[in-house]
Amino acid sequence: MTRRRAIGTLALRRLAFAVPVLLVVSFALFVLAKASPFDPVERYFGVRIMGASPERVAQLRANWGVDEPVVAQYWAWLRHAVTGDLGDSLSLQQPVSAVIGDRLGWTVLLVSVGFTLALVLGLLLGTLAAWRQGSWLDRSITGGCYALEAAPVFWVGLAVLYVFALQLRWLPGGGVTTGSEPVSAGGVAVHMVLPVAVLAISQAPWFVLFVRQNLLESFTQDHVIGARARGLPDHLVVSGHALRTSLLPFLTLLGARLPELITGALLVETVFSWPGIARATVEAALNVDFALLGALTVMATGVVLVGNLLADVLYALADPRVALDG
Amino acid sequence: MADLTWRPAPRSRLTAASPPRSPRWRLLPSAVVLGVVVLAVLVVPLFVELNEQYVDLAIANQPPSAAHLFGTDELGRDVLLRCVYALRVSLTVGVVAAVISAVAGTAVGALAGSIGGWFDRILMRVVDAIASVPHLLLGIVIVAVLRPSLSAVIISIALTHWLTAARIVRSEVLSLRTRPFIDAAIVGGASRTQVLTRHLLPNVAPQVLLATTLMVPHAVWHETALSFLGLGLPPHAASVGNMINDAQRSLLVGGWWMSLAPGLLLIITTLAVSGLSGVWRDRLNPKRRTELTW
Repeated sequence: MTRRRAIGTLALRRLAFAVPVLLVVSFALFVLAKASPFDPVERYFGVRIMGASPERVAQLRANWGVDEPVVAQYWAWLRHAVTGDLGDSLSLQQPVSAVIGDRLGWTVLLVSVGFTLALVLGLLLGTLAAWRQGSWLDRSITGGCYALEAAPVFWVGLAVLYVFALQLRWLPGGGVTTGSEPVSAGGVAVHMVLPVAVLAISQAPWFVLFVRQNLLESFTQDHVIGARARGLPDHLVVSGHALRTSLLPFLTLLGARLPELITGALLVETVFSWPGIARATVEAALNVDFALLGALTVMATGVVLVGNLLADVLYALADPRVALDG
Repeated sequence: MADLTWRPAPRSRLTAASPPRSPRWRLLPSAVVLGVVVLAVLVVPLFVELNEQYVDLAIANQPPSAAHLFGTDELGRDVLLRCVYALRVSLTVGVVAAVISAVAGTAVGALAGSIGGWFDRILMRVVDAIASVPHLLLGIVIVAVLRPSLSAVIISIALTHWLTAARIVRSEVLSLRTRPFIDAAIVGGASRTQVLTRHLLPNVAPQVLLATTLMVPHAVWHETALSFLGLGLPPHAASVGNMINDAQRSLLVGGWWMSLAPGLLLIITTLAVSGLSGVWRDRLNPKRRTELTW
């Protein structure tokens, strides 16, 4: 069996694992929702349940099927979910798919740009720190990274918001438009600067420290010492020989950081009133809106699984030494 | 092979490479900071009574001064004093949640590792599945089910953080099982339970304790994030997340000091905890001295 086919089977096997995981996660969420003392029908009526006729309440209960067994309800939800119908959000009075559709684009925009920036920062600063190991540059970079790792991302966000949006007034501090302006590419770009920067600097420390650590380890490897002995200039040794081998494990870190990235985006969106899924998530949790909350959680899990799969496949493609039976 | 360690040549005296610092340099500052914080958290409430409902609008919204080192909030409460209480709540939540998740994780990991086979595989798949759900989202779901409260926050943290402990304990048990002293115990007639409780668990205990201390900052962070989103402790309770959440409103009118203090305190405490456990970890397994985390 060729290696390429082996990687293909690896991907298929991991996909086959992802499906039951998503089923289990969604079913567990469903059971959790059922176990909560909140009755969606009472929730729907609110105080009006006092005046509502018992026939109407009973009618609604039958229509929604809230008194059927959990498994039957889950099966009904699943049948509709596969066709793209995720039910209705109680808190926002909209179909869940519409709620997510309206907001997902904004979140993807924020996350993708922020993640890319964090990667660039991580590579750049990590290489610099390793290159000048023990210098003041290295110390300030690693020290800053440890401090940023410990700082809650929303606190950093508030600090940045205060300095750059409220005091210096350089950049807008929230939303995607100013006042009643229509949404435009330029306006969004300007509004994006602060949230993207905060997301990037909150994620970058892991990448910086990882790159630095791996580079330092690769400095002791034979091929790097060999390159050095051949008299190649420093920058060529670092960028061409040391960095190349230490980048491989970086790929797995990309997959591993995805859950944290989603968490970070949730908090950054809240600080900067970004119109993504964060607001909807918090609203859904406060209003016990499980249709929306469950769909969002299952979706995030799917993203994490696919991200991990991609990272592993890329790693296997890039490094022929990686075993494929994992 | 240490002689072969190559470092790019320094260009000037200013950037001359310094000898690698011993991990001990962080022992003293971390211990002092953590000592001061713990002492403040334990002792201050004995002498100064903080009435959470106490409001003095005459001194509301004051910037830092000699009387109020970190200023006062919009209801005239001293920010520093409130921080001490907030940290007390947050640290309690963190420690309790970390201990619960460590116990749960150890139980699962030890069972999976010592029973092995299909049981192990299924259990670890479950761990993998739960690990795929972003922690904060799972925490939010759990809080939504139980409604925001102190116990809901602790449960949500414990339920999302036991995975690390389970993985560590399982891999430790798996490697310990191949060691001669376990074989000796089995040959000596020890039962499965005896091997587990007398030989395996005592040997994983240091690793578990280490993982638990490293989990405390993470749990505190989780509590803070939930409270910040309005899904954590009740709004009137002083917790780091609630304080930062409250301070958001004042920030818009220029009250920067209300969010500065809780955040700084949290950062310093987190660094101290991870610094101390880093020193401990280096003692525990010197081979892994250079690690990603502190």
